Amino acid sequence: MVGETHDAQMTKIAVVTDLHANKEAVEAVFAHARAQGATEWAFLGDFVGYGADPAWVVDQVREMVEAGAAAVCGNHDEAAVIGSTPQMRTEARLVIDWTRAQLDPGQLDFLAALPFQVQREDRLYVHANAYAPSQWEYVQGRADAVRSIHATTAHYTFCGHVHEPALYHLGATGKAGDFKPTPEVPIPLPGYRQWLVIPGSAGQPRDGNPAACYAMFEPAAQRITYHRVPYDHESAAAKIRAAGLPERLAARLAEGI
Amino acid sequence: MVNAPRKPKLPPQRSGTVRSSGAFNSGAGGGSRGGRDWYDIGSMGPPLEKGAIVDGFLLEKRLHQGGMASMWRVSRVDAEGQPAPVADEPPLIMKVPRIKGGEDPATIVGYEVEQMIMPALTGQHVPRYVARGDFTRQPFIVMEHIAGDTLRPRLAEAPLALDEVAEIGIRVATALHDLHRQHVVHLDIKPSNIMFRPDGAAVLVDYGLSRHEHLPDLLEEEFSLPMGTGPYMSPEQVQFIRNDPRSDLFALGVMLYHFTTGERPFGAPTSVRGLRKRLWIDPVPPRALRPDCPPWLQEVILKCLEVQPDKRYQTAAQLALDLQQPDQIVLTRRAERMVRSSQWTRLKRWFFALGAEPQESAPSATEVLNRSSIIMAAVDVDNASPELLDQLRETVRRIVLTEPGARLACVSVMRIARIGTDALTDHTGKSLHVKQLVSLKHWARPISKSLNLEDGRLTFHVLEAPDPADALVDFARRNQADHIVMGARGNSLLRRYLGSVSSTVVAESLCTVTVVRASAPTETEAGAKPPAPDTPNDFAPS
Repeated sequence: MVGETHDAQMTKIAVVTDLHANKEAVEAVFAHARAQGATEWAFLGDFVGYGADPAWVVDQVREMVEAGAAAVCGNHDEAAVIGSTPQMRTEARLVIDWTRAQLDPGQLDFLAALPFQVQREDRLYVHANAYAPSQWEYVQGRADAVRSIHATTAHYTFCGHVHEPALYHLGATGKAGDFKPTPEVPIPLPGYRQWLVIPGSAGQPRDGNPAACYAMFEPAAQRITYHRVPYDHESAAAKIRAAGLPERLAARLAEGI
Repeated sequence: MVNAPRKPKLPPQRSGTVRSSGAFNSGAGGGSRGGRDWYDIGSMGPPLEKGAIVDGFLLEKRLHQGGMASMWRVSRVDAEGQPAPVADEPPLIMKVPRIKGGEDPATIVGYEVEQMIMPALTGQHVPRYVARGDFTRQPFIVMEHIAGDTLRPRLAEAPLALDEVAEIGIRVATALHDLHRQHVVHLDIKPSNIMFRPDGAAVLVDYGLSRHEHLPDLLEEEFSLPMGTGPYMSPEQVQFIRNDPRSDLFALGVMLYHFTTGERPFGAPTSVRGLRKRLWIDPVPPRALRPDCPPWLQEVILKCLEVQPDKRYQTAAQLALDLQQPDQIVLTRRAERMVRSSQWTRLKRWFFALGAEPQESAPSATEVLNRSSIIMAAVDVDNASPELLDQLRETVRRIVLTEPGARLACVSVMRIARIGTDALTDHTGKSLHVKQLVSLKHWARPISKSLNLEDGRLTFHVLEAPDPADALVDFARRNQADHIVMGARGNSLLRRYLGSVSSTVVAESLCTVTVVRASAPTETEAGAKPPAPDTPNDFAPS
């Protein structure tokens, strides 16, 4: 490719989303991505909420953002900054108040300063969708995906919020498709089609597989690989219980639901 | 350059639905989008000329100009245009899609699909992928140039000699199994997409309609008409199923029918209505068109052409296995048929096909292959101890029991001298080969009885070879066996002089090998003493 250096050819971007204060999962994902040769990092938000280690996760991400990683704000991060409201369900209020109490002012400031979207070259990073990044509507099907793709000129949109891995595409002929990715199989994402990548949640997988999700994007090769990383979810669940957070949040990690 | 290519508005279900007419059609629908230039297509510049250099490839000669693409012989050059060959690289060909003004979704998506799938393929049955071009500048795919012609010109010579038909079937089925193992269904198997390497191996080309189980199917939503080539399209393809590897076996059946009889089994329909007829009208039996067509070949061809995928061969390997041992093919009523089914039968089929929706989801290539494996039992009927033969049979029975779609090939090796001729008949004049076959069938009888192995699921093979291990490994490879089950030679003295057959098979086979031992009647505590001299211990250094 003209004008690209050797380094650009080797770029591997680890895209991690919905970390949800799960230290054990995040550690496992980081170790896996480093072993895979990740050269860049992108975080699609929801660093906190549900899990027992919000401060640790925020510190890690802040450090990596200072070193150049991209990061956007998720709805849980926003809630931690704003605090709970009386309209929230009891459980949500409990979790948000607990999370907020775990974070020092510096960590809260970091979350408060996160943008809703980041565009780098032909890649858009956003938590929920590209058409209303701060409204938290889910991309739950082809129609939503097309709406999001139409809202950006980027070839590649990476979003989180939805915890199950998915891949959507829109061709030059105006037809959209969706695909349930097979983990560990590199998928070509040619740039003459627009793609919307949902890596799936690292900290609270919900597709029936407890292993943590993330995706590795290789811009030069135009290729993405969805990964699943097994981690010590029993320890993560034990910490949630020890913190007095709702039992349901601990139990679901073992089943990935 | 043209912005925002628009979908052509076609009347729904017009005739010429299929690719054989030159290009496949798109369905109606799909909105155009304005104002973006990222998917402008780069091939609207001047047409490529001989001597042009595209991304480091010199266009040497145009080999073919088709409706969908042109083919160029190319070679690598450096920035100065000087030859820059890469070591160990085969001769190269560049496939350049013919895109008509950005309003040709068929070519665009077909090219996208091929560009996506080809890099994922390996092995001798596919052209080696080398490079691809950026769609926004000059779309192309550079791949290995397979010399020679496709099978297409041979159609004009049909009917072919029967052994040649079988040989084509074996080679193409072997290539298809290799492709299916790589999670890809070709979906456009026809003579013009089949070539051969100098060693005879079939090479499958053109992946523009293919489906990779683990990659997004860009064609799935693209077109509202069936995709494929009219004469070869399987009934389920007509019904929009795009992930069943058995569709390729149907297409191969059409080819074999054509090469056997000189006629197409379903004609060359160009409308959806014409295509749907194959859901209820069965072809004229080949033997009615060619009296010297043997019943076994008709059995094989009509089995491939079954409307229901479940009634066809389940894998290409199983088809190849049958074609390699015609005398083992179990003949059913298919083999005897001399006329088409009655009007009444057709009417019934037509009625049921009327409202028939395709199955919700066809089994994937992986699923079909996993449940239709070839299990090979290597039985040393003459020399193994009765205990070992019993244990081997029980192990094989359990494996076959858990895999209802599996085929069992029972194999025995008859040792012959490397040089000179053996007495292949014993003193009674009875062929030793037949004698061994009888013993092998006798050994397997309890399995076939208890499992009700019908419809050709059980076959017997006596191999004559100087080296049993080589013969077994070679048989497993040729027949694409998934699992070899064999006994360990129990007698350490024999093993010392003859070497261990099972350890060689374990080391050299490409598939799973289970080595069975008879339970040893030892009275010592386990591990307390070294094995007694006659304890089976096949892997001990001798």
